Amino acid sequence: MNPPLPPLPGLDDGQDLSIQSRSLWADARRRFLRNKAAVASLGVLSVVLLLCVFGALLSPHNAEDPDWGSMQTAPDMEAQHWFGTDSLGRDLFVRTLLGGRISLLVGALGAVVAVVIGTLYGAASGFLGGKTDSLMMRALEILASFPVMFLVIVLMTFFGRELWLIFIAIGAVSWLDMARIVRGQTLSLKRKEFIEAARVAGVSNLGIILRHIVPNVLGLVAVYATLLVPQMILFESFLSYLGLGVQEPMTSWGALLEQGAKSIESAPWELAFPAAFLVATLFCFNFVGDGLRDALDPKDR
Amino acid sequence: MLKFVLRRLFLEAIPTLLVLITLTFFLIRLAPGGPFSSEISVPPEVLANIQAQYRLDQPLWRQYLHYLNDLLHGDLGPSFKYKDFSVNDLVNKAFPVSLRLGLFAFVVALVVGVTAGVIAALRQNTWVDYGVMAAAMLGVVIPNFVLAPVLMLIFAVWLKVLPPGGWEGGKAMFVVLPVAVLCQHYIAVIARITRGSMIEVLSSPFIRTARAKGLPLGYILRRHALKPALLPVLSYLGPAFVGVITGSIVVESFFGIPGIGQLFVNGALNRDYTMVMGLTVLIGTLMILFNAVVDILYGLIDPRMRIR
Amino acid sequence: MPLLEVDRLNVRFATPEGEVAAVSDLSFTLEAGHALGIVGESGSGKSQMAFALLGLLAKNGRATGSARYRGENLIGASEAQLNRRRGSEIAMIYQDPMTSLNPYLKVGEQLTEVLRFHKGMPHKAAYAEAALLLDAVKIAEPRKRMGMYPHEFSGGMRQRVVIAMALLCQPKLLIADEPTTALDVTVQAQILKLLHELPRDFASAVIMITHDLGVIAGICDEVLVMYAGRAMEYGPAQAIFDTPSHPYTRGLLHALPRMDRTHGERLATIPGNPPNLLALPPGCPFAPRCRERFEACLKPAPLTVFDGNRQRACHRAVPELTIP
Repeated sequence: MNPPLPPLPGLDDGQDLSIQSRSLWADARRRFLRNKAAVASLGVLSVVLLLCVFGALLSPHNAEDPDWGSMQTAPDMEAQHWFGTDSLGRDLFVRTLLGGRISLLVGALGAVVAVVIGTLYGAASGFLGGKTDSLMMRALEILASFPVMFLVIVLMTFFGRELWLIFIAIGAVSWLDMARIVRGQTLSLKRKEFIEAARVAGVSNLGIILRHIVPNVLGLVAVYATLLVPQMILFESFLSYLGLGVQEPMTSWGALLEQGAKSIESAPWELAFPAAFLVATLFCFNFVGDGLRDALDPKDR
Repeated sequence: MLKFVLRRLFLEAIPTLLVLITLTFFLIRLAPGGPFSSEISVPPEVLANIQAQYRLDQPLWRQYLHYLNDLLHGDLGPSFKYKDFSVNDLVNKAFPVSLRLGLFAFVVALVVGVTAGVIAALRQNTWVDYGVMAAAMLGVVIPNFVLAPVLMLIFAVWLKVLPPGGWEGGKAMFVVLPVAVLCQHYIAVIARITRGSMIEVLSSPFIRTARAKGLPLGYILRRHALKPALLPVLSYLGPAFVGVITGSIVVESFFGIPGIGQLFVNGALNRDYTMVMGLTVLIGTLMILFNAVVDILYGLIDPRMRIR
Repeated sequence: MPLLEVDRLNVRFATPEGEVAAVSDLSFTLEAGHALGIVGESGSGKSQMAFALLGLLAKNGRATGSARYRGENLIGASEAQLNRRRGSEIAMIYQDPMTSLNPYLKVGEQLTEVLRFHKGMPHKAAYAEAALLLDAVKIAEPRKRMGMYPHEFSGGMRQRVVIAMALLCQPKLLIADEPTTALDVTVQAQILKLLHELPRDFASAVIMITHDLGVIAGICDEVLVMYAGRAMEYGPAQAIFDTPSHPYTRGLLHALPRMDRTHGERLATIPGNPPNLLALPPGCPFAPRCRERFEACLKPAPLTVFDGNRQRACHRAVPELTIP
């Protein structure tokens, strides 16, 4: 043992001069809040969400009834068609917000489906290890080399174009990356003492996965879920744009864009407003996701 | 190396392909409603006749074996919708069109994306870098089905410098807009990947060694940094290839280009079983083969992979 | 004129957490053909000092002060000016041979490119010359080895390649940054032997950077002991080994295993952690870990000359030091 250092009042020994460790979450929040683009994006997303949920109440029009007085008219403040009307005289402000509801819903639910399947699959694969792991990863690789979009279209073609089918289909083919990420995280968690302790205490594999592994990978999962949502929204828009997604009288941003694209020469506003909402939403989700990842990623610390 | 190639092809690519074919086949056969359920009151003997022609009267497993056998001979079967055509006829006409469109988009995305990424990396944290990255961010989030009508409006309707659609055998004027729309997203992604990996490579110890040897910067970039910086781009080529094919669905139907993307959408909307299946199998095969080629290329370029 | 004359060199890094003072007011001189050892724990700024000399600091780093190589200031010199010296007159050997060679290029190419650029040698001559150097660092079958990639070499072999690479142009100054740290003990001894003998054959001056005083013993003529980016003690190697004059140097010497210690005696360690360069104490940087500290240590200790040609930065006079 080294003898104690001679006391030296004035040299503040209470203050630790070596590099201090900070709480992971406090640090992450600090880093996220410092990222102005991410914080602003979060604000914009909240506005979009509120508008989609409640905005339609502001308008005197509803989504389905045509306004015979104004068929396919440009935005008109007096008639309170703020975003104009489509070729059937339906109000685009209301329809854009209504479409937003569907798009956001499909995006969120699709992401949830992907996250649940991906997390459980990845955690199980990583935790069980050995032959099971390599078999499960092999299956993942095979699935990953499929033309996913085409399979979804095949599904939509032959099983009908139901809304719930859309997000199941989208979610079901988008969990692969999530599974890989969670598996990697699980592999490193597996060697930690508390997992060992739970195993010794006789907790079942399923119990360990659900109660110890899953809660510990949630941070990472949250980041990738944020980045998944815009992908899901884009996916749905793509299907709806092709006429394979949401069907009339319901609508989504993708379905609105399809009509907008058709009448781009005569009525560019039909494309402009849904496109602006869609692009802004995708933009903000990406910024928030990147912000979260930078905040939580220990690599940059 | 030969062993690696053979293993990649026979133990990975071909089984994956088989799984894909099987899955598509049974998914479609399990779907509710036959292909002719929409047609009104066909006499039973006519229906039986049609079903025999399409082998729908045989047990499922025999249909499956027949289909595999046909595929092995390169026969995708008759089209359910266009009764006078086989799927092969339609694909043979459409495929060269899509190939040309996709190839152009792929090359443009690669050249422009890599160049922009390298420039941004070399000018890291300057206005050039911020500009390139902002443009890339836009490129990543703007969907092609938004960009297509916007570009069409600007260049075809307002400026009248390019035709609004059509293909005309792939004349240069008709190719510009579709290629621009198709490669936009991939330029952005490739630029981002290139910038990130270039910055990482440039800060790696072996680049420091090269600089300490007094080699000129341009030489260091070309000879020491470019290859490792491009490896992540190479691994993105697989997904990019898939994306370009998928994107061509939108681009072809918007601009009215007679390629396989348009065939696929029409097939899906018309419930044309054999067409959709045939195209899925064809595209799946292309994708799986392309991925195998990329992997093998990766092995050729990275000397550390070669010994395995 | 000395070969290298470093005067009040400072290296600062701008980080999100604040400015890091990696090197502060460092001065030393090196005569042609001499060997200087720079010693200190990791994080004491030794490596950054070397990178500053060659203009290889990371982008957020800035060097001020001067470092005159044969009268020409290297600090703030242009890339073109530096490139004339780098690799030909001033060469460097790195800490980690696993990462300092380009994994995508054959070893032969990485060797010959130095000769092609600095001496304009044609490919064939450069190849022959490089093979000669590989032979000098005792790599068997050099021509066959030159056709191989770095991952096909062991760690010790790679460090030999790096040494050969540094010596290709017979540099006037060779900077070796922890050249043996990443290697096995037996390999260390062989590499040290090479580093001791080869520069003499080429009449190169050497700066040997290390955290291990043992590496320097018998190789270096002068020693500079660094702590927290500053010089603690500087003078002839023999004098520093015989009569270390700074508590930190004494701590480092005690941490060395020695043959003349009685069996069972424990190796001493210096208590505490290396300093946080973001928040250095106002006085002597070593005070928080020093067993000889007293009130005066709250003020900076200037580097003072004693014994004619030695320098030290400590408030306690040498005879006052209690711990041997």
